[in-house]
Amino acid sequence: MKKSSTVTIKPEIRDAGLGSLGSYLTGFVLSIILTLIAYYVVTAKLYSSNLQVVSIIISLAILQLFVQLIFFLHLGRESKPRWNVTVFVFAATVVLIVVFGSIWIMNNLNYNMAHSSDSYIRKDELIKQ
Amino acid sequence: MNNEAVALNSAEILEQENTNKTMFGFWLYLMTDCVLFAVLFATYAVLHKNTFGGPGGAEIFNMPYILVETMLLLTSSFTCGLAMLAVHKKQRKALLIALAITFGLGLAFLSMELFEFRHLVVEGNSWTRSAFLSSYFTLVGTHGLHITVGLFWLATLGYQIFKNGLKQHAVKRLGLFSLFWHFLDIIWIFIFTVVYLMGVS
Amino acid sequence: MLGKLTLDALKHDEIVMFGVFTMVGAGVLAIILLTYFKKWKWLWKEWITSLDPKKIGVMYILVALLMLFKGIFDTGLLRVQQATSVGSSQGILSADHFQQVFSAHGTIMIFFVAMGLMFGLINLVVPLQIGARDVAFPFLNSISFWLFFAGMMLVNISLAIGEFSAAGWLAYPPLSELAYSPGVGVDYWIWSLQIAGIGSLLSGVNFITTILRMRCPGMKLMRMPLFCWSVLGSMTLVVFAFPILTVTLALLALDRTFGMHFFTSTFGGNPMMYVNLIWAWGHPEVYILILPAFGVFSEIVATFSKKRLFGYKYMVYAIIAITILSYLVWLHHFFTMGAGSNVNSFFGIMTMIIAIPTGVKVFNWLFTMYRGRVWFATPMLWFLGFVFTFTIGGVTGVLMAVPPIDFQLHNSLFLVAHFHNMVIGGVVFGYLAALTYWFPKFFGFRLNETLGKYSFWFWIFGFAFAFLPLYALGIMGATRRLNHYDASQGWQQLFIVAAFGVLLIMIGIGFMVLQYIVSIIQRKKNIDNTGDPWDARNLEWSTASPVPFYNFAKTPIVRGRNAWWEMKQSKIRFDAPIEYDKIVLPKNTPFGFYIGMLALFFGFAVIWHILWLVIVCFLAIISLIVIRSNNDDTEYVVPGKVIEKIEKANRFKAQAS
Repeated sequence: MKKSSTVTIKPEIRDAGLGSLGSYLTGFVLSIILTLIAYYVVTAKLYSSNLQVVSIIISLAILQLFVQLIFFLHLGRESKPRWNVTVFVFAATVVLIVVFGSIWIMNNLNYNMAHSSDSYIRKDELIKQ
Repeated sequence: MNNEAVALNSAEILEQENTNKTMFGFWLYLMTDCVLFAVLFATYAVLHKNTFGGPGGAEIFNMPYILVETMLLLTSSFTCGLAMLAVHKKQRKALLIALAITFGLGLAFLSMELFEFRHLVVEGNSWTRSAFLSSYFTLVGTHGLHITVGLFWLATLGYQIFKNGLKQHAVKRLGLFSLFWHFLDIIWIFIFTVVYLMGVS
Repeated sequence: MLGKLTLDALKHDEIVMFGVFTMVGAGVLAIILLTYFKKWKWLWKEWITSLDPKKIGVMYILVALLMLFKGIFDTGLLRVQQATSVGSSQGILSADHFQQVFSAHGTIMIFFVAMGLMFGLINLVVPLQIGARDVAFPFLNSISFWLFFAGMMLVNISLAIGEFSAAGWLAYPPLSELAYSPGVGVDYWIWSLQIAGIGSLLSGVNFITTILRMRCPGMKLMRMPLFCWSVLGSMTLVVFAFPILTVTLALLALDRTFGMHFFTSTFGGNPMMYVNLIWAWGHPEVYILILPAFGVFSEIVATFSKKRLFGYKYMVYAIIAITILSYLVWLHHFFTMGAGSNVNSFFGIMTMIIAIPTGVKVFNWLFTMYRGRVWFATPMLWFLGFVFTFTIGGVTGVLMAVPPIDFQLHNSLFLVAHFHNMVIGGVVFGYLAALTYWFPKFFGFRLNETLGKYSFWFWIFGFAFAFLPLYALGIMGATRRLNHYDASQGWQQLFIVAAFGVLLIMIGIGFMVLQYIVSIIQRKKNIDNTGDPWDARNLEWSTASPVPFYNFAKTPIVRGRNAWWEMKQSKIRFDAPIEYDKIVLPKNTPFGFYIGMLALFFGFAVIWHILWLVIVCFLAIISLIVIRSNNDDTEYVVPGKVIEKIEKANRFKAQAS
């Protein structure tokens, strides 16, 4: 790689991480909008069920995550091989496994505790009553 | 972004490779921090209903206050981006101003958060009250600790640039700092959503 | 002034006092010898402040071996206790002391012996195998070692000042909470692991960056030695699993120190969440330990079969599969904690699946040997011992992966036998094999083969006598961590056999020590001037032995796998370069050592609630980091002439032999 003393290098390597005023402004404005939408949905109670509000605000959060990843952190703009992206995907996978795995397990651990009704067990085990 | 190729000599190439290596290592560290926060989120998710007779989220969260905090942090992330633009254009004065604003906004965020914490403690709702409050203070507090470290780091960097000018390793460290600062804003999005928004809905 | 620390902390029973005097005595002896031979400056300049990963690697291994001696002594105590504490006899240890001994045994063996040997080997071998001169972040590497050292010191200090945890090597709450463990023991456990754990995490970042970004030209990932692939997998696990440990330990510390309620039995805490989190870390941890051992065996089997590794591609895929699957099995450590059948089945099935890539690796090693010109030097003996023992351990693991069976065997001695089977048969055998294999490379002389073989045979027979009875005992109903049992159980004979097994292992360790001593005395007779005593395949063997401090005078350019083997076949290694370029290397620095020592005092201060010392140490660490960041002068240049002189001398040595 370093055979001659002057080498031309494409800007990607040099400027990985550098955005422009336009990209930062776009990211900023989009983030504000997404934050305000989520805030408004919750405080003005624009939802009819728990599941609905959770899906809306989580989707908005994930959207804002990608907005900030792309416009502020410039993920995906580096030259190949894209180790930053690979590492991010791996980390995201572990995060999902740990968070949702723990929630699933911990909720399920109440299985053998006393319940007010037996329907919980029956539903899970498909036991006919 | 324009596509003109840039000619560099071997010393600059080595510097750039060194910077790239360090940026990658730091990004990797940030990913470990993601997992760290994930565990705190998982703990919060599992324990947030365990209020042990004490208050839950709906009782103690002040949403307009939190919205202001969120906007402060988001804006500081933006001004941090502006600082990075100034670095690459080698505009030292604009850089220092942008860094100072970032610092100010971050400090304002932290102060609001500490004030909110103090208010809870004084009312008797400290971290010893219940599992919910333990996990709340720890999750939000860990983010606040990271912000504190970031502010300290920013102040040190700003001082070094002010005194010694914009040397190559200062550019590298600003790059690392901006990764850190943006990352903290991303974590805050999830705290805002999972802790506060879901807490009151 | 001194927080909770009083003179009461120094009161102990006889066995502990014996341990304390031995440790302190050894320390004093070391100080006397260093002073008498005037070696303080040498120690400081060549070792303590060095950023050379070869030096750091040797230090890791020395600490790990010292901890092996402590750990095996604890093992002896446990086996004697369980062989004698029957019926009317209460054995040699009080119940509380017994609990501290098995807690210390597990903690030391996993965190300081296994992790220490692993990081030591990685530091020594990986930069050489990828054709690099150093790791990505040399200063961070030094900090990692000294944090590891600080954690080790804390565990050992607990023997003398205060007590150690009596809550097992994983300290489950509610037992580990303040209400049921009011002493400092669990705090020692928490902080020694927390500090060492940060060192491990930093090493993870360091080595992933090294492997991904510092390979020599031509060394594409699929041309990398398999040991480096296994390290990449292991470090990926480190980087994404250790944060879980960091948080879990911190939450337990917050409960104990600040009255929080994560895992307490009241105020809404949930102790089961601790078990869940600690194993979400704990399962990846055991794969962290075993993957590099697999990598070692890949190197050894190929070298001693004089044949390239069979199925390189599939070995790589197997490592990647194991890395990913390790995150999906952790519940098998607590099948009996009360989850429903859907959860238990999912994790049971995943656990069985993860055995498959491991099986692929074992078969590939065997296929490598098939039709190879196999020769049984000591490293290859260790491999055969591994195949035999690890397979048994593996199948008992798959057996317990079935939840209904696990309900019978969980926390019995069957489980204890299984995991020791994996850790001794897999991890320990792998790292001991690595020591015998790579020793000549780093010290320039060979180890005594005969004593090495004796060591191996005592280890493997010792292992069989110590653990096969435990499988039987587990099925007969013996649970783990028993400090006493009824004579009517009929277990005593098997416990005596197990104690005999541990005695054999101790003799095996004795032969290992003897091997080192004799080899050092006979080093001129066993000198290796070729740099390649085993006629091996990868780049580390292309350097002289011992390896010069700069590793490679000229960065190698690689054209395929087993680069050194290819170079030997095409005879291109005898090209001496006409001109030697200057080389830039990191300067020594004491800051890594200082940060480690400050971390040690910080941990001690937190444990004993000495607030002023906590603040002072914390501020000092921050100051050192800031001071270091202001230091522009961290590298030095080695002129080409110096390199030329060393290279010529080494070449002369090699050609003269």
